[in-house]
Amino acid sequence: MASDAEQGQLQPAPESFLPKDLVEDISRDGINSGRRSLLQGAFAAATASMVAPALMADDDPDIVNLPSWTRSLGKPVVANPYGQPSPYEANIVRRQSPGLTRTDQSSVSFTPLQNLFGMITPSGLHFERHHQGWVDIDPRRHRLMINGLVDTPLVFTMEELLRMPSVSRIHFLECGANTGLEWGNVAVPTVQYSHGMLSASEFTGVPVSLLLERAGFDRKRATVLLAEGADGSSMTRTINLENALDDALVAYGQNGEMLRPENGYPLRLVVPGVQGVSWVKWLRRLEVGDAPWATKDEVAHYVDLMPDGTHRQYTSIQEAKSVITAPSGGQKLLKQGYYDITGLAWSGRGMVEKVEVSVDGGRNWRAARLEGPILPKAMTRFHCDWIWPGEEALLQSRVTDSTGYIQPSRAQLLAVRGTRSIYHNNAIQTWRVGADGEVHNVQLG
Amino acid sequence: MSSWANTSILWLLASVMTPWAMAMPEGLADLGRPATDNEVAAWDIDVRPDFVGLPPGSGDVWAGEEIWLAQCASCHGDFGDSNEIFAPLVLGNITEEDIVTGRVASLTDPSITRTTLMKVPTLSTLWDYIYRAMPWNAPKTLSPDEVYGLVAYLLNLGYVVEDDFVLSDTNMAETQARMPNRNGMSLDHGLWSVSGAPDVSGSSCTVDCNVAVSVTSSLPAYAMNAHGNLAEQVRDWGPYPGLWTDSETATESEPLAAVSAVAEAATAPEAALTAGGCSGCHQMAGQLVGPSFNAIRARYAGQEHASYLRDKIVNGGEGVWGNMPMPPMPAVADDALQLMVAWLTSGEE
Ligand code: HEC
Ligand code: HEC
Repeated sequence: MASDAEQGQLQPAPESFLPKDLVEDISRDGINSGRRSLLQGAFAAATASMVAPALMADDDPDIVNLPSWTRSLGKPVVANPYGQPSPYEANIVRRQSPGLTRTDQSSVSFTPLQNLFGMITPSGLHFERHHQGWVDIDPRRHRLMINGLVDTPLVFTMEELLRMPSVSRIHFLECGANTGLEWGNVAVPTVQYSHGMLSASEFTGVPVSLLLERAGFDRKRATVLLAEGADGSSMTRTINLENALDDALVAYGQNGEMLRPENGYPLRLVVPGVQGVSWVKWLRRLEVGDAPWATKDEVAHYVDLMPDGTHRQYTSIQEAKSVITAPSGGQKLLKQGYYDITGLAWSGRGMVEKVEVSVDGGRNWRAARLEGPILPKAMTRFHCDWIWPGEEALLQSRVTDSTGYIQPSRAQLLAVRGTRSIYHNNAIQTWRVGADGEVHNVQLG
Repeated sequence: MSSWANTSILWLLASVMTPWAMAMPEGLADLGRPATDNEVAAWDIDVRPDFVGLPPGSGDVWAGEEIWLAQCASCHGDFGDSNEIFAPLVLGNITEEDIVTGRVASLTDPSITRTTLMKVPTLSTLWDYIYRAMPWNAPKTLSPDEVYGLVAYLLNLGYVVEDDFVLSDTNMAETQARMPNRNGMSLDHGLWSVSGAPDVSGSSCTVDCNVAVSVTSSLPAYAMNAHGNLAEQVRDWGPYPGLWTDSETATESEPLAAVSAVAEAATAPEAALTAGGCSGCHQMAGQLVGPSFNAIRARYAGQEHASYLRDKIVNGGEGVWGNMPMPPMPAVADDALQLMVAWLTSGEE
């Protein structure tokens, strides 16, 4: 261990032992002979004073033996012009699920929900789902076109979009296939892989309603919008005009800065409450229409297979769902006693009204504490005090949203939808805590 | 389940009554300009199930096969059946009966691999998608005639059309009427609209609820490391360290070695210099007691200086940069010293 090693080590040469005015003098005038002797004196005195104190049995060496960072000059400003997480957080990154996809460009990386706090996902940890790789778009050469059932088809530059009235709103973004691996049986070990196609950001942009009004759209005939990307896939999705006019944004901002390229720089559609695939990235075009387009990702994928062999098409809304993020699968409780069970709840139809937590597999429930602000179609963080007695426990959370909808158990969901739907699995998640403290992903029946 | 004609009526009936989120301010009409016809044509390439947007043209199965073998087969297989790069587009599991009913019967059979052709109800979709996105590595390089041929070839692989079939803008509709799963889609659900009715409901029971609580599924031990070593995927110093699931590289008694190695590599070399007590006299830029590290690095770029610098750091000395002596630094650990010297001589920015 580092602290033991330090204990046994010689004290390094003393640092920061020079009086401040002398340092300033030196950097101004350099070292002359008068200052040199002064310095040598200070050097000797400082060395003499750095004898390590004797360590007593109850002493914490990390306190008594001052660590290097307490005895040294820290790093300068703009050492990282764009700040980075501490190197001690190197484990907390997006990860791929091995074998899930056959290529890395049509693939997914999952957000490490197990170690995040609050209701916002850091932009660099926002999950990725690309169908044909991600691209770096030059914003000067990017355009947004609005056509279809409009008075005049229009073209906007990014500069013009940034000049328009904007709003900033916090929303969750969940892939329709989130938790899709878990329909049949437990398939993944941790919440990162079971629920990590979920992120939330503050998005900044122009309301779609404003752009459509500017283009003079046909209010009588219009029922849908087609959103289209500028990347190779030119992803297209049919958007319900109801959503588009209500709260959809053409967004360029994410958590106070521009969108990350993996998340659609410089422009993406934000359709709150609707599954992620509809939030078309690298957005280049909105077309107003009177019938849906049945695009590839509306007929071959993002369709939910029912037990009778039909596929539900245009399943867009992400219904209320919650999950305990800590403690969660793949983790370990090291000692008995107090824990703060915490997790996330969200609903594509409105606000989180209530979250309940069970530690006995759903037999008994108690209300969790919700953290504000509770916003529509955003993530809500919940907490629940728990004393772990060192015995087996089955942890679950259950959300009720502002429409009164209650998150179903796995049995309730499967009774209607079977196990082959892939999409829209919002069942209650169970984590089993063993008597040994190990936490595992399980399903109950 | 509804046919497409019924569906369209449903969509039309869903009128939009939502109030505007924001009124259009004066002057906004100056932003944005009319798109030219050429511009709209360049981008608006979508094709709807009623074939609005379909460009004229034609292509036969043989032409399609030729393009397929040259541009598509490497990823999708000669017969569209490869599972290497993407899921199979076509397998021989569509029946004559399916084409009559418009419902692929084997979709109820979990043992059958679901292919693209088993799912897609609308021919327009295949046309639109291939034209906009394929080949995957060179999208938007196919001509409309080539796309007609490719779609004809895919339909032929699925026994939807004969070998001598020619697909064109004039017979797309009648060909779509043969799509094996054309009646397989359902809009009978509440997930299209925010105000849609849910099909499933949870329970509000909170005390002594009657639920089954035996574990019916969990990851078998052999699959625990299929996602790598979980100990390296969580915050290793927090209340919940990760389970050590990597049986090969280490044991649970030393689970954090790999993690701290990662952290150390990332902090080096600045942290080594700080921890080694160098920063009291050296800063990155600008002279302090000793020369700046930038100046040192500029002077000693190159492996050949490594052993000299190592000696100098351990034993100290004076006279190179001035009369001020550098004290001996014997306490610097070997690997830290190596790291420092490597960095000081690396010459990298
Ligand atoms: C370099 C590999 C590659 C080549 C070459 C390629 N494809 Fe693809 N194709 C893919 C991948 C990967 C996908 C899935 C893309 C996604 O995830 O959205 C795909 C998807 C498709 C689909 C949709 C399947 C579905 O179920 O979503 C069709 C149809 C298709 N390709 C046809 C073609 C045709 C026709 C060609 C030749 C002109 C072609 N592909 C060339 C890799 C390739
Ligand atoms: C008490 C002040 C002091 C400390 C502490 C100190 N140095 Fe120095 N260092 C100097 C001075 C003064 C010089 C200039 C010596 C000279 O002119 O030869 C110097 C020179 C150097 C040089 C250039 C050697 C050359 O011959 O040109 C290197 C490399 C160097 N130091 C590395 C280190 C490292 C690494 C540490 C920490 C392990 C360290 N120093 C700690 C004062 C210090």
